[in-house]
Amino acid sequence: MITIEHLQKTAESLMDKAAIEIPKDYHDALKQASKTEDGELSTFVLKAMLDNYEVAKEDRCAMCGDTGVPRWFVKLGNDASVEGGMVALEAALRRATANATHGVPLRPNRVHPLWRTDHNNNVGIGAPEIEYGYEPDGDWIDLITVHKGGLFGTDYRMLFPSDGIQGIKRFYLDSLMAFGKRGLACQPAIIGIGLGGSKDTCMSLGKRASTLRVVGSKNPDPRIAQMEDEFKELGNSIGMGAMGFVGKHMVIDCNIEVGYCHTGGMPMSVHAFCLSSRRAVARLFPDGRVEYRTDPNWFTPYQRRETVEWSADQISVHDVEEVLT
Amino acid sequence: MSGPREIRLSTTPTAEAIAELRLGDVVYLDGLIYTAREGVYMRALEDKANIPMDLPGESAANFHCSPAARINEDGSFDMGAVTATASFRFSKWLPEWMEKTGAKLIIGKGGMSSKDYKDYFVPNGAVYLSTVGYGTGALLGRGIERVEAVHWNEELGLAQAMWVIKCNKMGPFIVASDLTGECLFERENEKISKNIEKVYEGTKPAVLKRYGETDDPADEVI
Repeated sequence: MITIEHLQKTAESLMDKAAIEIPKDYHDALKQASKTEDGELSTFVLKAMLDNYEVAKEDRCAMCGDTGVPRWFVKLGNDASVEGGMVALEAALRRATANATHGVPLRPNRVHPLWRTDHNNNVGIGAPEIEYGYEPDGDWIDLITVHKGGLFGTDYRMLFPSDGIQGIKRFYLDSLMAFGKRGLACQPAIIGIGLGGSKDTCMSLGKRASTLRVVGSKNPDPRIAQMEDEFKELGNSIGMGAMGFVGKHMVIDCNIEVGYCHTGGMPMSVHAFCLSSRRAVARLFPDGRVEYRTDPNWFTPYQRRETVEWSADQISVHDVEEVLT
Repeated sequence: MSGPREIRLSTTPTAEAIAELRLGDVVYLDGLIYTAREGVYMRALEDKANIPMDLPGESAANFHCSPAARINEDGSFDMGAVTATASFRFSKWLPEWMEKTGAKLIIGKGGMSSKDYKDYFVPNGAVYLSTVGYGTGALLGRGIERVEAVHWNEELGLAQAMWVIKCNKMGPFIVASDLTGECLFERENEKISKNIEKVYEGTKPAVLKRYGETDDPADEVI
């Protein structure tokens, strides 16, 4: 059994790491981008961002003053159990969010939509969001926190099969143009695209594609993987860089996730995970061990399963990793 | 590449110092700045509350920002990262705010339109400074010498309160408008727009239309 004390302590540490330490995959990709950027202002901006990551780590200070909307993804191995059950887990994540807001400090961003009530701790009705996933094996729990911006860069549209790939490209470009100007999307960003599902799951898929997949990851469907490469190049061919200045780097990577949708439709969402792509992950084991990492490894074969039943011979990515290490 | 010109600027700048600024210059600030966004504007301009500072005497620099900060039990402050929020949403209040407070430096994210600049920035002798990136919160944090005060925290909450910050070489900021009313972002948009047709070539507008104001990617949505 995983204790609540262990869980809350780890969650607080994750809030701290997410806010302060830029994940290596994004950091490496931005360093690479800054080497090939040739727009004068864009180059200056990327250099300032790279300096900012270093200062944040040195000063143990949040890399961005806008905390975004901190949220949690919790993935449980099928045999995992938590002291006090899931209600206790949710309380621990809410406590960790509140404590870290005061502790790091983070900006208390979350307010009531109408009355603008601010509890000064990023906790309120429906905040932080907590979403769940499960894996067939294991007694561990993965805690993932993501601090994604909450205002610009995301859009949804109901497309139809007759819109086709060219319609998908149009909406993708429209989203980049609309939110890339003046840098409202805080690009270069990890662009996540959700295709399919219903309206809400389409948004969720795209958000997860941007926040729960690392730079350089590929969709296992080779045709979708090819679209990811093509869309990255298309986005960067606009000629718009950081802050909407002339430049070559708008899309650090493009991740596409799909879900089965209504036979008549092809819903699409676009999301931008920004220059402060804040995510941190820990796996907790019942014996008190904890392993920190920055790759959520959310989209396992089990998460993307197509069949009615899940059979044991469909090896999960987690298992493959464990065999390899 | 030589990179942009770098300038140190007081937060109570002279008219001459402001006139010197050119689009794309990089600025570092010295002196007091205060945060004010929708909460402060509504309280000061709509509810007519007395502004708890001597403006522009103490500061002519209005930062569209909510810091990541805490107030300790002993009343002291800890401020970590500071990052701007998008300014275009505040154009409703800014003309009256400038008139009332003599603000000369409006600092934020993304700038305003050249129409805003020409209508009320230039007549008030004011310019817009954009934060960089926009996530350089930790870098800007290093420019904080100390937090002087926080006003209206009880009424507005930590994020909307009026924070008064003493800065020492706080930056970088980029000059996004000058006294001719030109807009840096619009200048860049114009350059990028020349390429749009090629990028969009072959793509199709959506089968199902939406009510809206534009589907021309050369336009802005702010």
